[in-house]
Amino acid sequence: MPSDDKGTPGARRDPATTLLAGLILGAFVIFGAASPGRMFAGDTWRAMAFQLPELGLLTLAMMIPLVSGGLNLAIIATANLCGLVMAAILTRLIGPASPGLAVAGIVVLAMLAGLGTALLVGLLNGAMVSLMRVHPILVTLGTMILVNGISVAASHGGVISGFPPAILFLGNGTVLGVPVSLLFFGLFAGAVGLLLARTPLGVGVRLVGSNEPATRFSGVDTSRVLIMVYLASGVLSWVAALVMIGRFNSARAGYADSYLLITILAAVLGGVDPFGGFGRVRNVVLSLLLLQVISTGFNLLGLSPRLTEAIWGATMVGALLIARIRLVRAERRERHALP
Amino acid sequence: MAASLVELLDVSRSFGGTRALSRVGFAVRPGEVHCLAGENGCGKSTLIKIIAGVLSPDSGQIVLDGIAHARLTPAASQAAGIRIIYQDLSLFPNLTVAENICFHRHAGHAGRLVNARAARREAGAVMDRLGVSLPLDKTVGELPIASRQLVAICRTLATDARLVVMDEPTASLTHKEADALLASIRTLRAQGIATVLVSHRLDDMMRIGDRITVLRDGANAGSFAMAGMSRAHLAELITGQSPTAAIKARPAGGVPPVLEVRGLSRGGEYADISLAVRPGEILGLTGRLGSGRTELALTLFGMNRPDAGDILLDGRPVALDSCRAAIREGIGYVSEDRLSLGLVMPQSIAENAIVTVLDRLCGWFGLIEPRRRAATVAHWIGRLQLRTTTAERPVMELSGGNQQRVVLAKWLATRPRVLILDSPTVGIDVGARAGLYRIMDELAAEGLAILLISDEVEEVRQQAHRVLVMIGGRIKGEFAPAGVTDDQLREAVNA
Amino acid sequence: MRERLATLGRRHEGRLALLVLVCAGFFAAAAPGFRSPGNLMNLLESHAVLGILAAGLLVVLIAGGIDISCAAIAAVSQYVVALCLIRWGGNWGLALLLAVGFGSALGVVNAVLVHTLRAPPVIVTIATMTFYSSMLLFCTGGATLDELPDWFTLKLSILTVPLPVLIAGAALGMTAFMLHRLSLGRQIFALGGNPEAARRMGCNIAGLQCFVYGFSGAMAGLAGLVQAYRVEEAAPGAMAGRELDVLAAVVLGGASLTGGRGTVSGTVLGIVLLAMLRNGLTLMGVSSYAFGWVTGVVLLLSMAAASASQWRLRNGGRHAL
Repeated sequence: MPSDDKGTPGARRDPATTLLAGLILGAFVIFGAASPGRMFAGDTWRAMAFQLPELGLLTLAMMIPLVSGGLNLAIIATANLCGLVMAAILTRLIGPASPGLAVAGIVVLAMLAGLGTALLVGLLNGAMVSLMRVHPILVTLGTMILVNGISVAASHGGVISGFPPAILFLGNGTVLGVPVSLLFFGLFAGAVGLLLARTPLGVGVRLVGSNEPATRFSGVDTSRVLIMVYLASGVLSWVAALVMIGRFNSARAGYADSYLLITILAAVLGGVDPFGGFGRVRNVVLSLLLLQVISTGFNLLGLSPRLTEAIWGATMVGALLIARIRLVRAERRERHALP
Repeated sequence: MAASLVELLDVSRSFGGTRALSRVGFAVRPGEVHCLAGENGCGKSTLIKIIAGVLSPDSGQIVLDGIAHARLTPAASQAAGIRIIYQDLSLFPNLTVAENICFHRHAGHAGRLVNARAARREAGAVMDRLGVSLPLDKTVGELPIASRQLVAICRTLATDARLVVMDEPTASLTHKEADALLASIRTLRAQGIATVLVSHRLDDMMRIGDRITVLRDGANAGSFAMAGMSRAHLAELITGQSPTAAIKARPAGGVPPVLEVRGLSRGGEYADISLAVRPGEILGLTGRLGSGRTELALTLFGMNRPDAGDILLDGRPVALDSCRAAIREGIGYVSEDRLSLGLVMPQSIAENAIVTVLDRLCGWFGLIEPRRRAATVAHWIGRLQLRTTTAERPVMELSGGNQQRVVLAKWLATRPRVLILDSPTVGIDVGARAGLYRIMDELAAEGLAILLISDEVEEVRQQAHRVLVMIGGRIKGEFAPAGVTDDQLREAVNA
Repeated sequence: MRERLATLGRRHEGRLALLVLVCAGFFAAAAPGFRSPGNLMNLLESHAVLGILAAGLLVVLIAGGIDISCAAIAAVSQYVVALCLIRWGGNWGLALLLAVGFGSALGVVNAVLVHTLRAPPVIVTIATMTFYSSMLLFCTGGATLDELPDWFTLKLSILTVPLPVLIAGAALGMTAFMLHRLSLGRQIFALGGNPEAARRMGCNIAGLQCFVYGFSGAMAGLAGLVQAYRVEEAAPGAMAGRELDVLAAVVLGGASLTGGRGTVSGTVLGIVLLAMLRNGLTLMGVSSYAFGWVTGVVLLLSMAAASASQWRLRNGGRHAL
């Protein structure tokens, strides 16, 4: 690994942050010029502000396992299942004439049920990865198929909709003009950032991502770390589910399937090492912003969403290429440097 | 005098600012066993890579069959019959013995049909030539390390090899297995195949070598006929220092031991181990690989559970059911495998140094306090004299000696009572070793109890206050360094 | 502790074969119509596409890589070949050539990216999968091609074995031959077992990677063609999600994600098991909605079982001194 300031917890200056911030500015300028008047319109800001949180939360859910040296293919399936569980409770137990207190109680119940579902899936993932030592890609592939299967079987592929205002507020409401969901995202992004950079668990996640046996030999309970990683990933999927059902007023088995690549893209663009060990929330958030700006810009230009997706695929390749070039350059520098 | 098979003339090679080889001359005659000795970092592996054609020299020439070259390519080296057996053997664990030995039939011949019967016949013939017998149809991954060594040697014979270079072949072998390996080298010599044996095991080299070349700090310290070479002279050439006569003063007696082991046994690994280490004492434990030393160390560190016996700390029996428990009780373990178990290479010096004490650095809300972290890191960098401009560099950029200091830092940060050092100076050059020995002495003087495990008898005898010899899982003898010579100790180890 | 790779593999396949037999027996008794030859042939026919995809993916897994884009490659090449056949006509020979050629070209792109980027193949192939399938949907606007030439959609069979099954059989047979009887195949196993050693022993790593990903692409192209044949149309979204089924089947059959292990027979058993489960359950009246989680459970149990036997191996008996 090159010796640039990749993972210093809490370091102030970071070249990647500056680069990403610059790119975001550049994107605004380019798309602002391409779609004058519309790029900076209030509607556009609103749309971006409401779209970002669910993708952002799912990206955080993908980021933590990536940093630990694994991958969680099941984040979207988990989110959908949580959504369905919560939707089922909300629609079955709340009638048109239900008193306000009962509604509030059932909303809380639904949320807890959703959280419980996410924790169960996370526990399954974590246990199989850490205790049974199965490859994370395989484990999360299996749980993804399982969870999707449960969602489809339970819902018969249909949609459950019609939620109380409290839930809709989470997805569509604003506080002082800022979407509630965006506040949620900010809160959780901050929490994950602190976790990874400033807690013993976070240090453990990063070290496990680089070398699990050596970390174990240093007295870190790596099994616990890995289980917490996938539990955390599950919790973030649950929060994403909350935001999604709030925004769409419905839950379904196949929502947001196309997001999987974008979460990985946002993470890798944001400096997360695909092999594990390094990653910073601040940069991942910036890369999410960048992708959001570009996506909105494309939208305003009338670009088909399919084409946008194809561009994401190509961008991922580009991001990996840039990472590779930086690595090669740094290695070359190292070879000519004094010991 | 026979013309050389391959000869290096005045070869130099640098990496960045480090001079790995400076004006080295090295010649291998056909059919001889030529040993290459030297401490780690002396340039042995660079030399080998130049012969293999993997690296090119900055200056100098390589003479191959009388023709001078500025550099070799892997293809040219192989075409000349030079075969390298790397330390990791480069075998395919999922292919059978026969397939590994006859792999030359596949490499470079994509479209060829597999003829399993012919391959088995050829593999059998090769094994006969070497006088060994291995199960042809077992996958190499199922075999013990000694058998895998033999498969690697067979593989070189399957093609027309004229020179076989073996990099530390006996490093992971027991005494008996090493004997078998040396016998196979003799067979190679009988068939006119030259061998370059790279090793730090002076005994093995003296038993089998015809000539020996010593490298020190990138220069050739001399090439000699093995006959008439004395061990002491060799050791002096390698380290560049005369043997130290200094013997450690024993710490004041009467202090109760901090670590005591009684009748510890673990089936298949060690049995009936009893020892005691006092504060301020360095207890040496030596023995060949397979003698159970590392398994014992792992038990003391809580990584595995004994079947019988007691471990006592300050006279109190403890149950170490995990390495976290051991750390809590004040035991630290510097692993023999620094590169994959001792440190997390891609991560920074700071992260590696504090990993053992993360909880102690926390303040509000369970968050690590940056100031406390920085202070801890700075303290240990200073205390252990770690040379680095910043603590945020990845440890893999450091030299071996500095890396080991980071390992020490992380264990010392836990304020241990007992520190187990398992082969701590492997892969570290002479100068850095002296620094580590100094640190060891300082730590002992401060009252730390140290268990020094090493298979280098000289190191144990020089550093320890007492030496235990472990053979076949049992403690076979205890020696005072003052009353025994290196040779006597070595004999006891190899008994 | 010694790693009994071969025995482990054989044991896994043995267990799998036993499981297949047990399931077959169970369904033969409990599911009406399961045993009929018509049903069995139907089963084979409907899983032929999966079998062809699995042949390609198996080779990539053995080499130590992975190809998530195989279904996307199948969809793209299927569409392109269908276009060509509709516009310019041709015959089966041409169709096969085009399908395999186009598929392998896309596969080689994967190889080049994996080799030069030195990034995890799972992420690289997710990226190419997205690019290929999204570009396909964008360029075609989602339109289905259903005017395939009659000579193409003519239902052929030899001795009542339908064409898809014949092609799948040929593909799997060819793969088995290549893996075990050609030096190329042994080099692929070597690459998966110890990539560094393969390099040192003179294997052309870049060439091997080009081959395995190209082969996976070629099989994908073939699978797409067979799919178009079966449903008599080329739809851009037809193969979506198939890559996971393929991966599940191949992993069930004993291939390891870390490389160096896997057999065609194991893969076939994996597909057969999944196929039987779904078919048997359907015949027993179980809703098709149950397939997803049943597959998931089977997959997870298989992984758990594999890890359990590895654990037992690692902590096996120690000998007394």
